[in-house]
Amino acid sequence: METRTINDIEMEVVYQKPETLTETQMHYCPGCGHGTIHKILMEVIDDMGIQDRTVGVAPVGCSVFAYNYMNIDMQEAAHGRAGAAATGVKRVLPDKYVFSYQGDGDLAAIGTGETIHTVNRGENILMLFINNAIYGMTGGQMAPTSILGQITSTTPFGRDAAAIGYPLKITELVAHLPGAYFVTRQSVHTAAAVRKLKKAIEMSFRYQDRKKGTCFIEIVSNCPSGWKMTPLQANEWLVKNMFPLYPIGDIKVPKEI
Amino acid sequence: MIRGSVVVATDVCKGCELCIAACPQDTLALSPQINRRGYRYAVMVQDNCTGCINCALVCPDSAITVYRQPKVTKHALSPQAAAEKEN
Amino acid sequence: MENGTPKLMKGNEALAESAIRAGMQAYFGYPITPQSEVIEYLTAEVPKRHGVVLQAESEVAAINMVFGAAGAGARVMTTSSSPGISLMQEGISYIAAAELPCLLVNVQRGGPGLGTIQPAQGDYFQAVKGGGHGDYHMIVLAPASVQEMSDFVFDGFKLAEQYRTPVMILTDGALGQMMEKVILKPEGSLPYPEKPWATTGKPKSRERNFITTLHMESESMEEVNNRLQEKYKEIQKEVRYQLIGDKDADVLLVAFGLTARICSKAAEMAREKGINAAVLRPITLYPYPYTAVAEHAKNAAGVLTVEMNAGQMVEDVRLAVNGATPVHFKGRTGGMIPSPEEILVEIEAIANHTIHA
Repeated sequence: METRTINDIEMEVVYQKPETLTETQMHYCPGCGHGTIHKILMEVIDDMGIQDRTVGVAPVGCSVFAYNYMNIDMQEAAHGRAGAAATGVKRVLPDKYVFSYQGDGDLAAIGTGETIHTVNRGENILMLFINNAIYGMTGGQMAPTSILGQITSTTPFGRDAAAIGYPLKITELVAHLPGAYFVTRQSVHTAAAVRKLKKAIEMSFRYQDRKKGTCFIEIVSNCPSGWKMTPLQANEWLVKNMFPLYPIGDIKVPKEI
Repeated sequence: MIRGSVVVATDVCKGCELCIAACPQDTLALSPQINRRGYRYAVMVQDNCTGCINCALVCPDSAITVYRQPKVTKHALSPQAAAEKEN
Repeated sequence: MENGTPKLMKGNEALAESAIRAGMQAYFGYPITPQSEVIEYLTAEVPKRHGVVLQAESEVAAINMVFGAAGAGARVMTTSSSPGISLMQEGISYIAAAELPCLLVNVQRGGPGLGTIQPAQGDYFQAVKGGGHGDYHMIVLAPASVQEMSDFVFDGFKLAEQYRTPVMILTDGALGQMMEKVILKPEGSLPYPEKPWATTGKPKSRERNFITTLHMESESMEEVNNRLQEKYKEIQKEVRYQLIGDKDADVLLVAFGLTARICSKAAEMAREKGINAAVLRPITLYPYPYTAVAEHAKNAAGVLTVEMNAGQMVEDVRLAVNGATPVHFKGRTGGMIPSPEEILVEIEAIANHTIHA
């Protein structure tokens, strides 16, 4: 273990950037949850030693460049089609660990059909769903998960249910499908939340060995730039406004231990 | 108290302050200086870090490496002491 | 099914059986008339033999499953018919951009819109001029018999892997549905090439593989386009065509697929009437046999292009002929198949016009 002498005291490293995260500096805005989620995902891959057996699929959205940061084999799929592309990968490489990494627009708007059918077939993959209630990449437009009253660049007067419908709780929706094996909702706004997410990701990869169905993790995350807040304000807003609608916790857990 | 320390990759840090909020010891603050990308970065302002790693866990840019003094148990011997005992 | 013995098979079934024999590792598709026999055959046969077969929730999903599986290094195929192929266009553009080998089959039906389930050739432009967004091409093979429906599966996979490009078999509902004698190639005759670029999990020994079609810097996007265009130049050498009849015919018929068969009957009837007519059948629609068309049209009195559409390939014929010879067009649409007799009328008109001229 690497040690270092600080103030004449020999200390050892207890936490550092995971090896499987590349040295490339991330393009994400300051405080964006994507970076934290990327890191934790790669940490799990390091801990499990599965870099050589993992294939990721990240489609269009802010995380479109995920392959620049994750030192694993990856595919960049068309917008909304990560579930289908990941199905294609997993079906021909059934013994590899396959995950999709999708935003709310990708997974719950343009790709809703693929999402539901991927889970309904019980594809043995992990779907990571980053829900920040806004379209970050294109400049802060309404997402399917934007909350009522939320001001975005396409709901300048606030999201109005009568005009544009309700926030889509797709995680609850997919949890009803028999193909869903493990469904949980997590976040990365505190260190404790990050630890829980790490556990959920690790379990999801382990569950892939069982070949019992899809693991689905929603991560309620932030978008300081899109929400036009500081990162700290964004995390407060998230707790106050998103958690009541998108409560953190397991939604469907495997019966067998 | 367990002694710890953090090293911030100052050129990677974007000054989002999430680590500052996550630190239970108020060890961290933003630097008065800016890095080469124009961000103020996180620095230790108190020598009271416990090495709890909370700051590093919430850091979106993986800019923080955390060090901690090894836990010493009654029976633990330093490598030198162990070598001497063997001889 | 023993090797080498002629079998009586439907075009769609011969194509499906050939895919298994050509070592197809995965098939993703969605039912649509008149190609549903392909997915039906494969869902029955593949589980008993080898590979993956999956009925997707849509053509959109199917083509993106093809993307994923091709990216993971598998020999993969999808089939559909006109409206379904339209749904796949975005995915085909991505596949071409990512340079993923795969085989696509369009068993065409009449359009536009939901159209009809009868055979047509109305997707020529879509297949050879792009279809999806951006500057890309795919190799397009046009079979004219059940035998070619079978053979072109092997050729298609081979070309796709050789050039890392999507290949389309552009056929129609008549060829898909008709039964003919066919000799199927044996299994295992198409070796698997190495695919060092595939996303199969990164070992320590190599850099990570990633498949992407996003290039934010204009310079690098142009570089990708230049590389693709270089590849398309190289692909020109794969041009294939068949000349049925005299190479110095007075009337040159140009037709692909099913209409080429009908044209060869019409040409035969014309020859019986003393008109020297021949048929040039492009087998590859991309790359297109421009040189061959120009060469054989040069000394003809007229060129007649016959298609089951309102006039699509005729534009390429005109490009090839470049004004040297008058180019005429006979088309039927909506699922109507031109008869040899009505084509003969056109041949005679061209021949007579020349005589009077």
